[in-house]
Amino acid sequence: MNRTTIDLWVGIFVALGLAALVFLSLQVANLTGGTSGATYMLTARFDDLGGLKVKAPVKSAGVVVGRVADVRFDNQTFEAVVTLRVEKRYEFPSDTSAKILTSGVLGDQYVGLLPGGDIENLQDGDAIELTQGAIVLENLISKFLFNSTSGSDDKKEANGPEDEFEE
Amino acid sequence: MMNPVPMLRRLGASTINALWRLGFATRFLIATVRHTPAAFRRLPLTVREIYFAGVLSLTIILVSGLFVGMVLGLQGYDTLARFGSSEALGVLVALSLVRELGPVVAALLFASRAGSAITAEIGLMKATEQLDAMEMMAVDPIARVIAPRFWGGVLAMPLLGMLFTATGIIGGFLIGVVMIGVDSGQFWSQMQSAVDLRQDVLNGVFKSFVFGIAVTWIAVFEGFEAPPTAEGVSGATTRTVVTSALVILALDFVLTSFMFMR
Repeated sequence: MNRTTIDLWVGIFVALGLAALVFLSLQVANLTGGTSGATYMLTARFDDLGGLKVKAPVKSAGVVVGRVADVRFDNQTFEAVVTLRVEKRYEFPSDTSAKILTSGVLGDQYVGLLPGGDIENLQDGDAIELTQGAIVLENLISKFLFNSTSGSDDKKEANGPEDEFEE
Repeated sequence: MMNPVPMLRRLGASTINALWRLGFATRFLIATVRHTPAAFRRLPLTVREIYFAGVLSLTIILVSGLFVGMVLGLQGYDTLARFGSSEALGVLVALSLVRELGPVVAALLFASRAGSAITAEIGLMKATEQLDAMEMMAVDPIARVIAPRFWGGVLAMPLLGMLFTATGIIGGFLIGVVMIGVDSGQFWSQMQSAVDLRQDVLNGVFKSFVFGIAVTWIAVFEGFEAPPTAEGVSGATTRTVVTSALVILALDFVLTSFMFMR
């Protein structure tokens, strides 16, 4: 095989390999997901984070507007303090509320921002006052169980005398 | 009762022999790397080796990648559908290919397709005294024969690994979305949110690069050290494939424990 043919095939091979890399980084890993432009920081305090992690998306109306930059525990108030890095082109009223939500049943957790109606906007370093922590499944289940058992107890108590009366 | 002394002596001898081989292989690698400029100064030689190691392995890599991805699609769908989360199929296919199967299976195929060929070629050159003839003509066989083959393999391996991963994901897509009917948008968007460029994709490419160095090093060393007989060359070729496979799997465990555990 002569040299030009080999060069051609090696060229095709390298081009294919680079195309595979581009495919992996753009289509599979979504390289564009990184916050590219200027950003500003917001903090929010939550009573429970659930499984929220650093780099989790911050969404408003379902659109990714930023990422979670930092998660730490405040030993004074025993709350979790989350730092959000929001893109500068998105501005939110100062009475915006933050919620920790789950995407799908098995999905990752993210921070949802629900804009309020205030005229002034949140500035860099501001804190979001209205927050709602993650709904932890175990708490929900125990609450449900507790309520249902107490409910049936009440029912029994209420029915008790009646049953006796019938007998 | 068996006498323990000869057994211990055999154990000692085989340990010393293994250590000696390891040391020799390391010195051989250093000599090869030192001749890197020679390999790149005579670029057509290296390009030729990329052709033999890379382009000729394309068929087996692409076909295997497609089928591995298709099997992952079928098996993954079957399992995920039980939990009612078949949309996560994209994540399963992409992460298992990008992190593990892509680099490892591509390296195993590369070792058996290209590594064995390199060993057999160099071993036969040695058996037919071509290497000695080169030395007689004051041509360093490491610079002329070994370094281009080494770099050809090292450069081809990451490209092959990426191609394997990419075709595998396309295979998973074909089965999952086109044949079974998982939602296409969910398939890609869940994959994109789960796969990280640096953490997953680049670590996978780095893995292939390390495997490429290991496999090609073993292949050129076994060829260069093969006894110059027909039997010796065939034994060296077998050893290349077996040692490469074991080294790839062991290295994969070590690299994975460093990359993905925190």
